Amino acid sequence: MDIILKSEKLSVGYGGQSLIDSIDISVRRGEILVLIGPNGAGKSTILKTLSKQIESVAGSVYLDDRDMRVLKESDISKQMSLLMTKHPSPEYMSVEEMVATGRYPYTGRFGVLSDEDKKVVADTIRITDIEEIRDNDFNRISDGQRQRVMLARALCQEPEVLIMDEPTSFLDIHHKIKLLSILKRMVREKNIAVIMSLHELDLAIKCADKVICVANGQIDRYGTVDEIFGNERTDKNGTGDESIVDGENCLYNNYIEQLYGVESGTFINEYGSVELEKIVGQPEVFVIGGGGSAIPLYRRLQREGIPFAAGVIHKNDLEYPVAKALASVVIEQGSFDRIEDENIKRAKDIISACSKVYCTVEKWGEMNMKNKELAEFAGEKMQTEKLGLQER
Amino acid sequence: MRDKRLRYIYGYIFLGFAIAFLLVLNLYMGSTDMSVKNIMKLLISGDTSSVEGKIIWSIRIPRLVSAALLGGALTVSGFLLQTFFSNPIAGPYVLGISSGAKLTVALSMIFLLQRGMVAGSVVMIGAAFIGSLISMMFILIISKRVNNMSVLIICGVMIGYICSAITDFLITFADDSNIINLHNWALGSFSGSSWSNVRVITVVVATSMFFAVWLSKPMSAYQLGETYARNMGVNIKKFRIALILLSSMLSSVVTAFAGPISFVGIAVPHLIRRLFKTSKPIHMIPACFMGGAAFCLLCDLIARVMFAPTEINISSVTAVFGAPVVIYIMIGRQRDRAE
Repeated sequence: MDIILKSEKLSVGYGGQSLIDSIDISVRRGEILVLIGPNGAGKSTILKTLSKQIESVAGSVYLDDRDMRVLKESDISKQMSLLMTKHPSPEYMSVEEMVATGRYPYTGRFGVLSDEDKKVVADTIRITDIEEIRDNDFNRISDGQRQRVMLARALCQEPEVLIMDEPTSFLDIHHKIKLLSILKRMVREKNIAVIMSLHELDLAIKCADKVICVANGQIDRYGTVDEIFGNERTDKNGTGDESIVDGENCLYNNYIEQLYGVESGTFINEYGSVELEKIVGQPEVFVIGGGGSAIPLYRRLQREGIPFAAGVIHKNDLEYPVAKALASVVIEQGSFDRIEDENIKRAKDIISACSKVYCTVEKWGEMNMKNKELAEFAGEKMQTEKLGLQER
Repeated sequence: MRDKRLRYIYGYIFLGFAIAFLLVLNLYMGSTDMSVKNIMKLLISGDTSSVEGKIIWSIRIPRLVSAALLGGALTVSGFLLQTFFSNPIAGPYVLGISSGAKLTVALSMIFLLQRGMVAGSVVMIGAAFIGSLISMMFILIISKRVNNMSVLIICGVMIGYICSAITDFLITFADDSNIINLHNWALGSFSGSSWSNVRVITVVVATSMFFAVWLSKPMSAYQLGETYARNMGVNIKKFRIALILLSSMLSSVVTAFAGPISFVGIAVPHLIRRLFKTSKPIHMIPACFMGGAAFCLLCDLIARVMFAPTEINISSVTAVFGAPVVIYIMIGRQRDRAE
């Protein structure tokens, strides 16, 4: 039990008006807590309150068991540092000087760096991999580099808690990964607690220990990544299977879609990926897929606006969630079961009504042997062009 | 790192030489011709009885000292305001702070003159300080509502116009022979500085400068924005109040003794930033002071000598040099944003 930051019955908001009530969180050293939720839900407000940038409306925040309301800014600064989405743009400041500003709480009256300060700055620059740009002007580097410099600056402050407001927004994929990798490493090595908001759910899944969902003026959910994004199938006890299968999305935990109010399209928990709105209607194309080979084809058909059917797919197949999200009809088979004749019959009926059939599977085995029958049944409708995962 | 240090050293040396050179020129040049030899002799002997001695010791020296000190004060005041508003074209003149001070000083001068009294140095500074703070208050109210640097500056200029208009009105209708004096002052001039003025100026400017340097560390944090500064341990409320009081004090001492002087507060900090390639307050504050001193010595020299024996007001000269710099900054920023 090594809790470094804790809030009790915290209400946050502006001008005494509370925006979100009863926030009770606790963060341990070495733990990453990620705030997710729609725009304007109040994630930033929570972060600002936790870092004492704004006063809390009610309740209290404890930093290392001390009430932050009575702590002085100068005390807080040695334990907590910040990284914001928007970066400052000071004139004539080199990267190294910017990183060195993190030493502020430790320097004397005139801010002269001691040898130890200089060592910390040099070490942090090395760890965050910004040595090459250390003498560059801070205003003349890329957004990705700049955010890494600001992370270095925050780490230079030698915090026990690091608070970040959407640190990866505006960054390209390379810089997102790099920033979060450095962060992960620092958390492990220095046992820092991190509280941050993220818009990229795929990244949140990969780097969070705990997740807080903020929506509709409250903490909607608070738990581990598995609890929030886990694909707890409601049929895991093996009962009531059929009734669940019938529903549109209810086989999944579609909490994320609810949280963000996604009306069309699907968020796939397993991959943290987003699929656009499915094309509904009478299937024109039938796809015989499996093992993930048909995912690119599903997406292509969606792009081209062609309603299609997919089958027969096992529920534990890699491409099942994508098929479920995009195909207007999915013929599915229980996990690890042999394909039942009844499903093959349904599939044949649909193939008969379709004008084209694609088969992306190249190997037939015990489990999908019956699908081979479908491929043969398709006859002339079968398209021969190479498709599937090889598709560019 | 070493390059930067060398640049700072060269920068300070350059400013030092510039000040020394301009001090000598200011001493030597003027409407009364005096030989270098003669001036040297007067300086060494400390002779104040002869006419030439009086010119040197009671007119030229106090004037050049106050020009240097007030120029430095004005520039540092500009730098503080630029830091406060994170706006490179903020300054006591464009924000209407000088004009606010001018109004209250004119008011108190007229008030005292009507009662047959002459306003002393301390009263003048006090009046100017109050005027500065009143203008500052308006600017702060506006800056809370608009978050746009150009709009803020325009509002400042408008406040300046209003204050100037009221001052002109007061001067026009005040019935006193001393009004000529008042009028000269209202346009800005270093003329008529006495040793007693210099003493007061030195005390006020030195004290303010001490506090400005004292605040250089939180100022450097504040340059990264309020959020980061607070996280770095700066008590923002106290810091902002200190910065306002300090910049108002520095600009009001200038207004009290030399009237409103335009553009020095914007142009010189900009030039210094370019020269030193830094915006670190710990270097900017002393360097701005030196730069401002040199700039005002130069401008005062031009004001005195160009059309001698007629003097032009100092603001006309500083505007000629300063306004183009301001335009240059604005264009430069626009281009930066377009990139």
